[in-house]
Amino acid sequence: MTDRAGATIRAEALTKRFPGASAPAVDAVDLHVAAGEFMTLLGPSGSGKTTTLNMIAGFEEVTSGRILLDDDDIARLPAHRRNLGMVFQSYALFPHMTAAQNVAFPLRQRKVGKAETARRVAEALELVHLGGHGDRLPSQLSGGQQQRVALARAVVFSPRALLLDEPLGALDKKLRESLQLEISRLHSELGITFVFVTHDQEEALALSDRIAVFRDGRIEQVGTPTELYETPASRFVATFLGDSNVFTGTVHGGLLDTGSAQLHCDGPDGPGCLVVRPERLRIGAAPADGANRLSATVSDVVYQGAFRRILVRFDDGSTGLVRDAGDAATTTRGDRVEVSWPAAAGVLVPETAAERVGAGVGSGSGVGVGAGVGVGA
Amino acid sequence: MTGGPTLRRVLVGIGILVGVWLVVPTLVVVPISFSGEDSFAFPPSSWGLEHYATFFTESSWLTSLLVSLQIALIVTVVATLLGTAAALALDRTSFRGRGALDGLFMAPLIIPGIVVAVALYAAFLGWGLIGTPLGFVVAHTVLALPFVVVNVAAALQNVDPVLGRAAAGLGASGWATFRQVTLPIIRPGVLAGALFAFVTSFDEVVVSLFVQSPQLQTLPVRMFTSVTNEVDPTIAAASTVVLVVSTALLGLVALTRRKSTP
Ligand SMILES: Nc1ncnc2c1ncn2[C@@H]1O[C@H](COP(=O)(O)OP(=O)(O)O)[C@@H](O)[C@H]1O
Ligand SMILES: [Mg+2]
Repeated sequence: MTDRAGATIRAEALTKRFPGASAPAVDAVDLHVAAGEFMTLLGPSGSGKTTTLNMIAGFEEVTSGRILLDDDDIARLPAHRRNLGMVFQSYALFPHMTAAQNVAFPLRQRKVGKAETARRVAEALELVHLGGHGDRLPSQLSGGQQQRVALARAVVFSPRALLLDEPLGALDKKLRESLQLEISRLHSELGITFVFVTHDQEEALALSDRIAVFRDGRIEQVGTPTELYETPASRFVATFLGDSNVFTGTVHGGLLDTGSAQLHCDGPDGPGCLVVRPERLRIGAAPADGANRLSATVSDVVYQGAFRRILVRFDDGSTGLVRDAGDAATTTRGDRVEVSWPAAAGVLVPETAAERVGAGVGSGSGVGVGAGVGVGA
Repeated sequence: MTGGPTLRRVLVGIGILVGVWLVVPTLVVVPISFSGEDSFAFPPSSWGLEHYATFFTESSWLTSLLVSLQIALIVTVVATLLGTAAALALDRTSFRGRGALDGLFMAPLIIPGIVVAVALYAAFLGWGLIGTPLGFVVAHTVLALPFVVVNVAAALQNVDPVLGRAAAGLGASGWATFRQVTLPIIRPGVLAGALFAFVTSFDEVVVSLFVQSPQLQTLPVRMFTSVTNEVDPTIAAASTVVLVVSTALLGLVALTRRKSTP
């Protein structure tokens, strides 16, 4: 469409305390979304994602803190004057209006002329591939089509940011994937800032420029999908995004003592968790120099086409997961195996993950996640 | 359904009987209104439209009909506005004592009509509202409000609260959201409430007897004085008029219901 830029959105010490609740739903969240960025708020249910988004949208009063849209503090502006697009999980189409009337709604509020409205509505419906469906009522459209109409309606008035609260949550898997692509395409075509809420980590990894991981009303870590996956700052992030093998113990001189094994790792002395992704583990492969090795018994093998998920039980009784791309094709349940990985494949995170990991990710933890992860660009 | 075909037949039979029992006395009045004689004889031995002619020409009847129509129209407007506003307020808020407030709105439906009438009479005496149009409007509005509140509240159940947020997010003020989103969705409920309000006022008799004066009588009041003071079959024509108006309006309610629930 046009080459207008998106807006930056900056939340500063944003806090929401619902009356009667013991803990704040959103607790001093700092978040900086760059202009045109696709930022995802990811976290388990109840972690404060929706509340954060609703405060940005103006649907929920701010207890304290600031919300800056570019340089304006919008925290006290009523929702209808914030000029932000919003998409809901339940579509929220007006049931008594046709698709075209729904899309025209924001233009009508802005007193856009008749011809101009018709042109922009047609253009927006075209943008979401619903060109011929303008005269249908929402009840005559499928869930996926309804959400496309909602998307068209949310962008037709050229907002500089689009807020999406689990927009794919009500759709089945197949539709979800096709609409993911659609949203991705919309983002790059419009060039505006997206703030996208989901509890689905795969969705977050697939769509986002950066992801903010929420936990109990706080941001646990902010980073690109790669940063979060490769160098999680906490055990929570490591286990929430993708599968992880986690070994806990005490580090002393580059060795993690789990009580039954000594594992090479890179980090400061003290209690810690060593996180190793399943695809970094090898079964029976000749270990390179400095590799970690543990003996284990195979407890299950799940064939998944391109790879195998091999569940193992280490000799100390803990379980592990290996994602094998073919090396261990003959491994079966009950086999005794050696599981190994190079020291560099592991990431050491502080043992108690919940505490103080927000903005200054990595500081003090010694984990190599400094670059580009924190707030501020 | 449960039960065998015999039980079913018996039940249908009872249903028909009850229906006839309910309707027949009412329908007796219709033939009498077309009677050519100056009596209540049933069945009539001759037919004619004299009773209707009297009804629509004699000023005491015609005036009371016009008074009834005017008051019912004003009550409809006032009760619909107030009742819709009340239902909206109740719908958007939840606070302690909310249930008690709900109950308060339903009170006129539960409290015996004669008690409401006496209470209003006592109050109106002091306020000088007896025998005034305003007295009728206030009294009938009290009785009509619950119907509007119930119908609009039921309609509001169909309005997804997220629609309000969606509208605000798209730039609609509170008023614009009400006009363009909420009202169109609850319109059938508002309409039903309005029709109920009209009918409630139009055929109300108990409270009206207390509010009336010889100078200002609604049609039901005029009919009541007619049966107590004189033998005038014109009342049959009046009854038929009231019957037709009320049935037609309530039939309209049923129609809007059917249309809004496809
Ligand atoms: N209107 C509300 N009143 C009270 N508590 C609320 C309200 N909305 C959300 N909460 C609470 O705030 C927390 C965060 O909720 P939410 O932001 O909806 O989480 P998420 O979107 O991440 O699932 C939860 O504990 C939830 O119970
Ligand atoms: Mg949510």
